[in-house]
Amino acid sequence: MVCVSAYTLDAKQLLCPLPVIRTQDRVATLKIGDVLTVYCTDPGALSDIPTWCRLHGHTMLSTKEDVDGVIELVLKVGSPIYNAQN
Amino acid sequence: MPTRQTQPKAIALISGGLDSLLAARVVKEQGVHVEGINYFTGFCVEGHTHAIRNRDRTRHKRNNALWSAEQLGIQLHIVDVIDAYKDVVINPKHGYGANLNPCLDCKSFMVTRAREWIEDNGFDFIVTGEVLGQRPMSQRRDTLPVIANESGAEDRLLRPLCAQLLAPTLPERMGWVDREQLYAFNGRSRKPQMALAEQFGIKEYAQPAGGCCFLTDATYATKLRDLWASRGEKRYELDDIMLLKVGRHLRPRPHLKVIVARDAGETQYLRGYRKSYAHLIMTSHNGPMTLLEGELHDGDAELAARIAARFGQGRAASDVQFDFVTAAGVARSLAVVPFKPEDIAPEWYV
Repeated sequence: MVCVSAYTLDAKQLLCPLPVIRTQDRVATLKIGDVLTVYCTDPGALSDIPTWCRLHGHTMLSTKEDVDGVIELVLKVGSPIYNAQN
Repeated sequence: MPTRQTQPKAIALISGGLDSLLAARVVKEQGVHVEGINYFTGFCVEGHTHAIRNRDRTRHKRNNALWSAEQLGIQLHIVDVIDAYKDVVINPKHGYGANLNPCLDCKSFMVTRAREWIEDNGFDFIVTGEVLGQRPMSQRRDTLPVIANESGAEDRLLRPLCAQLLAPTLPERMGWVDREQLYAFNGRSRKPQMALAEQFGIKEYAQPAGGCCFLTDATYATKLRDLWASRGEKRYELDDIMLLKVGRHLRPRPHLKVIVARDAGETQYLRGYRKSYAHLIMTSHNGPMTLLEGELHDGDAELAARIAARFGQGRAASDVQFDFVTAAGVARSLAVVPFKPEDIAPEWYV
């Protein structure tokens, strides 16, 4: 499946956890189902952003790293998780 | 005062270390809805040098706070407090610890932010992993109340790992948590925490041992003091404090600092600053990216180039050529004789 990303975030040159924070802040402005592509250079983002997505109910669609060390992560915004038992 | 017809809700300060992981787990085990919060000050030890340097790029990297949250099965909110935190570092009301660590002010700041967060989000109380007597500045019997008072959290601040040694807090009095199932950890020994981790089946955890903040590091603190001294005031931006983690820092003249990359990974990282810093790119040999910080005077570029040449593959050459580019982007070529090791005064190293 080819995903056309409507939104992009440039988090290159930022070090952990700033790519996660910028992703978190950007996702907060998007709607459920929106697709966001994040570009980073900190290799930690390869584990941190997928972890953050798992914790918050978003879906990682793909991750890849190019020869220059630029990491591309594509995520789909999901429903906010709230597991309090009211 | 909240009534308890719904599940109580707590926000846990998650540093990524074992204590905060355990504290959150202890409360979660009692049926409380727990979410985590982590404050990024810019000084947090997050493996930045590992992320940058060549030799470390193959090491597994992860954010320990996120990892803790995943072990706990809770959401984690990571909050950028870089700007707000400056006042804590620059003007700590309670002073510094052994280096530039304002631990007591720092904890008060974070609990204050957490108190604001629970008030904004309808949560009931705050959980921290503090242990009485574990830290010389912020975790003493006389300073724990300071944090509760100054933050405004008062008795909404629960320290599950040492709660039995302290006065009962609101969540205990309200029956949201059972005080008998909290702990009485005291002192610097890590054995009780390790035993509790084992009881919970937690086999892997970060062991920062007080080293979760660069401000506790003597070498880093020296570089930050040097930065402030060179500016004549205590002031910094995020780029300043990130750059203190990267490269060799030399100050051959009071107004001039030279930052020389130590490997290709750091060269790549410093390249990202080439539009905001004067810099040197070695053109005749392979060599490190070099940034120049300060208001440059005549001869500074040549001096910095001689230093940079010492650390490149042309160190034994009769001359080494560079492109020197000012912060404004004006470029010129220059050739210098590399310094010999003994030409670089030990006191230049920051």
